[in-house]
Amino acid sequence: MLRYIVKRIIGVIPTLILVVTFVFFFVRMIPGDPARLVAGPQATQEDVELVREQLGLNESIPKQYVNYVSGLFHGDLGTSLRTKRPVAVEVASRYGNTVQLTLLSLAWSSVVGILLGVWSGRHRSKWQDYTGMTLAVSGISLPSFWIGFILIIIFSVNLKIFPTTGADGFSSLVLPAFTLGTSVAAVVARFTRSSLIEVMKEDYIRTARAKGLREKAVIWKHAFRNSMISVVTVIGLQFGYLLGGSVVTESVFAFPGLGSLLIESVNYRDYPAIQSLILIFSLHFLIINLLVDVLYALLNPEIQLG
Amino acid sequence: MARVMTKEKTVTESNDIKTPFKEFVRKFKKQKTALVALAFICLLAIIAVISYQVVPYGINEYDYSAIMQGPSAKHIFGTDEFGRDLFSRILCGTRISLSVGLLSVSIGAILGTILGLLGGYYGGLLDACIMRVCDVLFAFPGIILAIAIVAILGSGLYNVVIAVAVFSTPTFARLVRSTTLSLKSSVFVQAARNIGSSDRRILFRHILPGAIPNIIVQYTMSIGNSILTASSLSFLGMGAQPPTPEWGLLLSNGRNYMMSSWHITFFPGLAIFLTVLSFNLLGDGLRDALDPKLSE
Repeated sequence: MLRYIVKRIIGVIPTLILVVTFVFFFVRMIPGDPARLVAGPQATQEDVELVREQLGLNESIPKQYVNYVSGLFHGDLGTSLRTKRPVAVEVASRYGNTVQLTLLSLAWSSVVGILLGVWSGRHRSKWQDYTGMTLAVSGISLPSFWIGFILIIIFSVNLKIFPTTGADGFSSLVLPAFTLGTSVAAVVARFTRSSLIEVMKEDYIRTARAKGLREKAVIWKHAFRNSMISVVTVIGLQFGYLLGGSVVTESVFAFPGLGSLLIESVNYRDYPAIQSLILIFSLHFLIINLLVDVLYALLNPEIQLG
Repeated sequence: MARVMTKEKTVTESNDIKTPFKEFVRKFKKQKTALVALAFICLLAIIAVISYQVVPYGINEYDYSAIMQGPSAKHIFGTDEFGRDLFSRILCGTRISLSVGLLSVSIGAILGTILGLLGGYYGGLLDACIMRVCDVLFAFPGIILAIAIVAILGSGLYNVVIAVAVFSTPTFARLVRSTTLSLKSSVFVQAARNIGSSDRRILFRHILPGAIPNIIVQYTMSIGNSILTASSLSFLGMGAQPPTPEWGLLLSNGRNYMMSSWHITFFPGLAIFLTVLSFNLLGDGLRDALDPKLSE
């Protein structure tokens, strides 16, 4: 087992290096002179040179790369052009908000998704199945910004139950978390259903039924537990997507998280912030995928590790 | 050789033995929801072509005497802050959303299929390189990669098409690669190689047809997803620019008037939802009809 985990971790390292390199060249791929772009059209040549030095663009490309990577190891993500503060500080001030939002979304959507999937799967091809799967396919088709606005109009403007925007305690998390989790709940429901149906074909289910076990026990004790192995994987992968999906949701609710920081940075052409945020998003994603792989191997006794 | 094959094909068809295509049509006809979705998509396609000729009002026809009116007989979806008819604007936006979705996924599918075929068939260094690039592209969750690309290229619809195309390429590459790998060692491919068929012929005549069902399903599903991504980018201000009647942009515009005029956000969102939903339903139906394992 340990050998497998170590092997997987080593396997991620090349991707990690490539991602860091990609993000580094990202800023250098901007057409034209980034320093001129950042300094603005009215800037004098001296201003432009100053910005160039700020960005560290006056050095040779290999030197810049070494500086960038060694900076990363020291937790130095550069200085934000917009706020003139270190990007790491900007990120830290919003990190907690996004994590809270993501975890809350993941929690409700996994529970609802699993229940909906089991409900549909155990009543295969009956009205329950059609209802459940119609809900699920709608869930993956809904634009999150649209649900967000509908929720704001109903619950904030008309009923005045939840605040429209911001991050101020639990009540301000409810609407964004609902919006963000909808598509995940739908994906989990679809996956749970097909996984359950797959498991229900197994011999041990027939055995459980043949020995006169109640249907409820067959579903939850035998079928559900075995179908969960792959569902857990999907939930884990969705966790990574939630981090990315938070960009749109946070923007709808003006929620001060990493996603809205990315949008603000793109609009301001704050390149140090953009490259750091993209790197952070993909690092999270890679780490979560790695954890999911390991978890899957731990949960699934059928996997031969070698 | 080719002659013999065509001959065999006509023989089988005239004997009315189930061909895979007939089998598919028969199964697909049973998918009622998918048929409805297909009909809706056809309707959207017609609207996309003729909308500018048939809409009741021009898309940039200002009417300051009818600003932000709710839905009425005169304006069924109401009007916006310049008194423009929302119904006309949404109908004309169909062309934009459909073409962005189709174009970007088509580019992604063609690129991904070629990369997947080459990587899977030749293996070795080429395959390793292609898969590494896919790994890197896959390392960016969801819409982040598209935002990164638009941040480099600048905002605008064309750049959104490129961003979504890049974003959907690796999925097709992996899908086609895995089919190629499994078909490469099959008996009919080995037979083709033994009689001296060229690599190109083997790839396009023998392996690619085997991957087509999966590609079609993925293609349909990706269109829904790419319309969502593209409208999200426009919503975030990175895609279409005013006064283009792009759905995401229309919705984003309505956010300023949310308190008083719900209809400006509601109807564009409904249009996006129904369009994406019908592509997803069609994709589901195609998958079920093309899956040989699925019992009826």
